[in-house]
Amino acid sequence: MEENYAIELRHISKHFGSVAANDDVSLKLKKGEILAVLGENGSGKTTLMNIISGIYHPDAGEILVDGRPVSIRNPADSLALGIGMVHQHFKLIDVLTVAENIILGMDGSMVLHMDEVSWKIRDLCSRYGFDVNPLAKIYELPVSARQTVEIVKQLYRGANILILDEPTAVLTPQETEKLFDVLRNMREAGHSIIIITHKLREVLEISDQVAVLRRGRYIGTVETKDATESLLTEMMVGRKVELNIARPEPKNQEVRLEVRNLTVVNREMVRTLDDVSFTLNSGEILGVAGVSGSGQRELLESIAGLQKVVGGSIRYIPPAGEWEHELTNMTPDAIRRLGIRLSFVPEDRLGMGLVGSMGMTDNMMLRGYNEGAGIFTNRRKPKSLAEQIISELQVMTPSVSTPVRSLSGGNVQKVLVGREIAVRPKVLMVAYPVRGLDINSSYTIYGLLNRQKEEGTAIICVGEDIDVLLALCDRILVLCGGQVTGIVDARTATKEQIGLMMSGLREGSANG
Amino acid sequence: MADSASAAKSGGWMMSRRENISFWKAALIRIAAVALGLIVCAVVIVLLTGMNPIAVYGGIVSGAVGSTRRLWVTIRDTMFLLVIAIGLAPAFRMRFWNIGAEGQVLAGAVLTAAIMIHYGDTIPAWILFPVLFLTSAAAGAVWGMIPAFFKAHWGTNETLFTLMMNYVASQIVNYCIILWENPAGSNKVGTINRATKAGWLPKLFGSDYGWIVIIVMAFAVLMFFYLRRTKHGYEIAVVGESENTARYAGINVRKVIIRTMALSGAICGIAGFLIVAGSSHTISTSTAGGRGFTAIIVAWMSKFNTFWMLLVSFFLVFMQNGTIQIASQFNLSENIGDIITGILLFFIIGSDFFITYRLHRSAAEA
Repeated sequence: MEENYAIELRHISKHFGSVAANDDVSLKLKKGEILAVLGENGSGKTTLMNIISGIYHPDAGEILVDGRPVSIRNPADSLALGIGMVHQHFKLIDVLTVAENIILGMDGSMVLHMDEVSWKIRDLCSRYGFDVNPLAKIYELPVSARQTVEIVKQLYRGANILILDEPTAVLTPQETEKLFDVLRNMREAGHSIIIITHKLREVLEISDQVAVLRRGRYIGTVETKDATESLLTEMMVGRKVELNIARPEPKNQEVRLEVRNLTVVNREMVRTLDDVSFTLNSGEILGVAGVSGSGQRELLESIAGLQKVVGGSIRYIPPAGEWEHELTNMTPDAIRRLGIRLSFVPEDRLGMGLVGSMGMTDNMMLRGYNEGAGIFTNRRKPKSLAEQIISELQVMTPSVSTPVRSLSGGNVQKVLVGREIAVRPKVLMVAYPVRGLDINSSYTIYGLLNRQKEEGTAIICVGEDIDVLLALCDRILVLCGGQVTGIVDARTATKEQIGLMMSGLREGSANG
Repeated sequence: MADSASAAKSGGWMMSRRENISFWKAALIRIAAVALGLIVCAVVIVLLTGMNPIAVYGGIVSGAVGSTRRLWVTIRDTMFLLVIAIGLAPAFRMRFWNIGAEGQVLAGAVLTAAIMIHYGDTIPAWILFPVLFLTSAAAGAVWGMIPAFFKAHWGTNETLFTLMMNYVASQIVNYCIILWENPAGSNKVGTINRATKAGWLPKLFGSDYGWIVIIVMAFAVLMFFYLRRTKHGYEIAVVGESENTARYAGINVRKVIIRTMALSGAICGIAGFLIVAGSSHTISTSTAGGRGFTAIIVAWMSKFNTFWMLLVSFFLVFMQNGTIQIASQFNLSENIGDIITGILLFFIIGSDFFITYRLHRSAAEA
């Protein structure tokens, strides 16, 4: 007899205009198993899951739940079939409590029995090993707990098939472990789980089967116990890829930037940076690790002159023979006028580093549009720079005037990084340089950073994938809640050690 | 996936963003939209009035451009609308919702009137006109800078602020009307310097409105290049797109906001000068006459291209002046003009959708 799967997708296709997001994709999720859906950005993972959860309707193909063909027209249909989706971006209301968020939008009697709801939530939590207080307000909770709320919400609503979209992106390694324990408990209890990710190690750790997508096409499914990192990468990218990141030895190091007791407060008067001190040398890559929102953005923006500093100092020490400069609370324009070549690739590429509606030429002009006398802009130099970046970094764009917003994530990043290194910076700061990029583009970016390092640039690299930071950087500074919990040698540090420091343990105790 | 091709579902039809469209195809879609609009208008005219739509259209044309005088009035009103739209363009390009053009026009107008009344007969003409030009610009600039200053420093909402500045300007005009009332008790200012014509813009090319055309067209050309080719124009575009990006690029966002609104207000103030010194030779609360609001439509429909603004302004004024004629000729309510203009605008703006998006049948239904 044919086995009934929790979910079976047959020949699903979904087009957006002329782009095929999903092209003839077939998937099977066995009951009581964890299926990892693996693919690079833009491979159609999220589109596929949105089809299962009723947000999109497929152009062709059929969906079977429990062996029966079903039509999922909207998210309510999907929930009625016991499918619950935990999105990458949480859909919670900050000022409501956990319990209120969980029952929000559910049908029921006119009278709310919140005690009963809380009791039921506590019961769910103890059964699967969640740790969350139903009466806490969402804004009081850390990111990892918010994710827990999303999962509990789906379980509370009776989901027995759970889809998690990139769930580990916001977690420390330890929190990821905890999540995986919970997922294993759920699997024991008979739930079926789909986890979408592009992190290979997590796939190997948690899943029973791996389905690989590439550019919207279904490539194949393998048993996790038979899979290796290199096999999965090959399936994902379509050819063999060298997975080692080069790390040239730093040469001629001298202190380039000296940050002392840097303190920044936000609108609510909370210290987003608290007494941060470190030095940055020429010819090295200093990694910055931390759970998202630990002060990474404030750190880079204070150095770039975009963030007001309430205490401490930032000193720039140029190559021998020149004056030292105090950069604290200078504007980006003032820093530039001092002749200091400081480049910054911010986290928000289209919201800060580039203007999405403008073409490459006009985006090149963001740097140096104001140079030269006269009231008119000169587009000749920016245009030739744009053309140079297109040919050197293989940017895929119809023309230098195509709005950069319509380029793919990897190409947008090449445009931004290309512009920032074109000024031959002395200090280069990059935030999440490979976020959303495919493997090829990621390695192009690593290569560019290494080339800058060899030319003597002092580089700060904020990252989220600790494995990458450990492979690429020379030293790693760990932030937790705006404080530096340690600076370690990336050649000898371990992932566990950094993970503990990310959750607040100081360097010494983390080693012990 | 969806970032390169945004799409939405609508029944069996799919829409997707066009990658690019040729100039001629876009022009064809617009012409078709106008033709379709005229046909729908014709049906509406027949249904509502039972009249021959061709005759009604003929009446509109004759009313708008049927005689030299009517033609000049249409040109003059087009210029007034255009100059205000030119003033609004940099503000809207910066995504600063300047709803206060009415007030900025009145500010310029009231200062023009004041100088004409008090100094018109004492200052020689060759000094008087530059003074009127500059003071009206300054008045409009101040009126535009006040909300900009508050927005730049404390993040106040510019829509409400500029709107309320209109009422303030209107009250100032009311006060001045009482001050300058002529003849006494009429509650009107009456024609200023009727005898001496001091401060009245002289004829140029044999027309009372020659100077207005020259000045406004000069603004159109300058604004075109200001927005596209200058460093200021570039800063305005960046600030409008993202203040974060602007700060990142080292642009002083506060300065740009205040400077741009000063410019925007100044041009609107000059519009007030042109209206008072060039045409009405009086002042009232209706000196701006709602043009400050209509100009918003002109600026947006033209996507801030000053030459498209000329066409759009002409179209709106043409319809407006034309329907005044048919109202009397066919004994119709003047509102018929609003209906026709509304229907045509609906089709023209609607055609933008078909220029930006492509419709096609979805491949299959699952």
